[in-house]
Amino acid sequence: MNSSVTQSPAMAGRYIVLALIAALALVPFLAPKYMVNLLTEILIFGLLAASLDLVLGYTGLASLGHAAFFGAGAYTVGILAVKGHCTSVLAAVPAALLVSMVLALIVGFFSLRTSGIYFLMITLAFGQMLFALVHKWTELSGGSDGCSLGKRPIIQLLSPYLTVDFSDYRHFYLVVLVTVLLAFVALRGVVKLPLGQVAVGIRENELRVRFMGFNTFAYKLAMFVISGCFAGLAGILYMYFNAFISPEELSWVMSGKVLVMVILGGVGTVYGSVLGAGTLLLMENWLSSYTERWLLILGSIFVFFVLFAPEGLVGVFRGAAARWGRK
Amino acid sequence: MGPKMNALSVENVWKRFASLMVLEDAKLDVASGERHAIIGPNGAGKTTLFNIVSGLLRPDSGRVFLGTAEITSLSPDKISLMGLSRTFQVTNLLMNLTAYENVRLAVQSRLKMLHNALTRVERIPGIRERAEEKLTQVNLEHKMSEQAGKLSYGEQRQLEIGVALATDPDVLLLDEPTAGMSPVETERVSQLILSLPRTVTIVFVDHDMDVVFSLAHRVTVLHAGRVIAQGPKDVVRCLSEVMDAYLGHDRSQECLLS
Repeated sequence: MNSSVTQSPAMAGRYIVLALIAALALVPFLAPKYMVNLLTEILIFGLLAASLDLVLGYTGLASLGHAAFFGAGAYTVGILAVKGHCTSVLAAVPAALLVSMVLALIVGFFSLRTSGIYFLMITLAFGQMLFALVHKWTELSGGSDGCSLGKRPIIQLLSPYLTVDFSDYRHFYLVVLVTVLLAFVALRGVVKLPLGQVAVGIRENELRVRFMGFNTFAYKLAMFVISGCFAGLAGILYMYFNAFISPEELSWVMSGKVLVMVILGGVGTVYGSVLGAGTLLLMENWLSSYTERWLLILGSIFVFFVLFAPEGLVGVFRGAAARWGRK
Repeated sequence: MGPKMNALSVENVWKRFASLMVLEDAKLDVASGERHAIIGPNGAGKTTLFNIVSGLLRPDSGRVFLGTAEITSLSPDKISLMGLSRTFQVTNLLMNLTAYENVRLAVQSRLKMLHNALTRVERIPGIRERAEEKLTQVNLEHKMSEQAGKLSYGEQRQLEIGVALATDPDVLLLDEPTAGMSPVETERVSQLILSLPRTVTIVFVDHDMDVVFSLAHRVTVLHAGRVIAQGPKDVVRCLSEVMDAYLGHDRSQECLLS
């Protein structure tokens, strides 16, 4: 009796999630191309924001340099294709993930000795260092002209029955959808593992957790590297999607944008990040066609959320669902 | 053999904050299984001594031993893993997590990480039983799923002891376990401390002399950073130096509380 009361909202939630996933899977067959592409971009940036949420929402670390790991993933794929003539997805993806993780290991090793505003500033500084490197090292990265992928790859899965063509917007949307969904399952899984539970403890009260016998620096570093890995994955997807990346995509402006996405969506939820990314990108698309001053509107909305809905869109929906459930 | 017989020993520890000398040549010897109280007026250096022993602060000089192992200036997590656990003067918990989750995280710290790295915490064999056992030990089994921040003050202090016990320490430091408690709560926590097995050595700071003299076997008196008395509780109770520190120079009362 009691259990049916407590289970039904969870079950209802599960059906809603399944319905949403089914709807997302049907999008490329029903929606026009520009919408499918916009949704692809939202999913990619949602993944980037979710990777930041792993350290912000579950470890309590506000990083302002996450675009660096995104850029590392994207540039590795691009440079391998242009300079290394390596277009194999099976080779490029692991290589790009590794580069992102190593970069996160180095950045984390130095910046995780600090916390709060100092951590924010040091990650920002590292991000800008990478931005400057990419900007100046023209021979490798293409400098301010950016880096092009060239031809997008075609993968033969179970050939000749299933061919995935990355240059087909429908194919690629489905690739992104599957990758992002799996990444979300993984990210939410990490939180339930011993590592993730220590991270949550660190977010709550790092000192207490140290006195339980945990080397909190090592745990924070592990979370940071995992986060960098998923940010790199988002960068890889972006490179295959856009076939081009410029240094602007790894500047601190981008890092700030991603931070806004997480806060708009709801810190500490993983999936809220997609809502945040969606809100931001849709507004960028629609508002900017009406007024040049769309950032003013976005800024006001952001301030409103921070002041009145600190739990983001997910918090707003949860509150509404709770009120609806009580009626 | 000297310090090697003891569960905890502090040798000649000095600590200075800027121009303020907080500890001068502090010494402490606690035998295995003993209940040892540290008393002294505010600012005597009691908490500083705990902070040095547990690794939060480094001493300017002197050494600290846990059993036969030197722990001077090691990090808090290393000292914790070597078998020393502590509570804090100001309640220090993971306030947004449940009582159970607080204790479970402490239990988790004693499990082999690599073995269970890819197992969801809730499914690690035995972890739930051990956490529940610790909560029962501090009489909080009925508050398991309550958020730590929503427990009463007294219950929070009980939970702190539960978290400290969950790492199965050899030595437990309790910093003012009954501070700010009602008489009923104080009695409950005293009984709780009395009920702990003698395999755990306990060093505690408290201002409630009833608590001190009902729980402790031996007492150390700190005054202005110096140990002015150390010994069995009945001897320390009557020492005139103690009376000076506590009661000024009025010696009309022969013993504290007697």
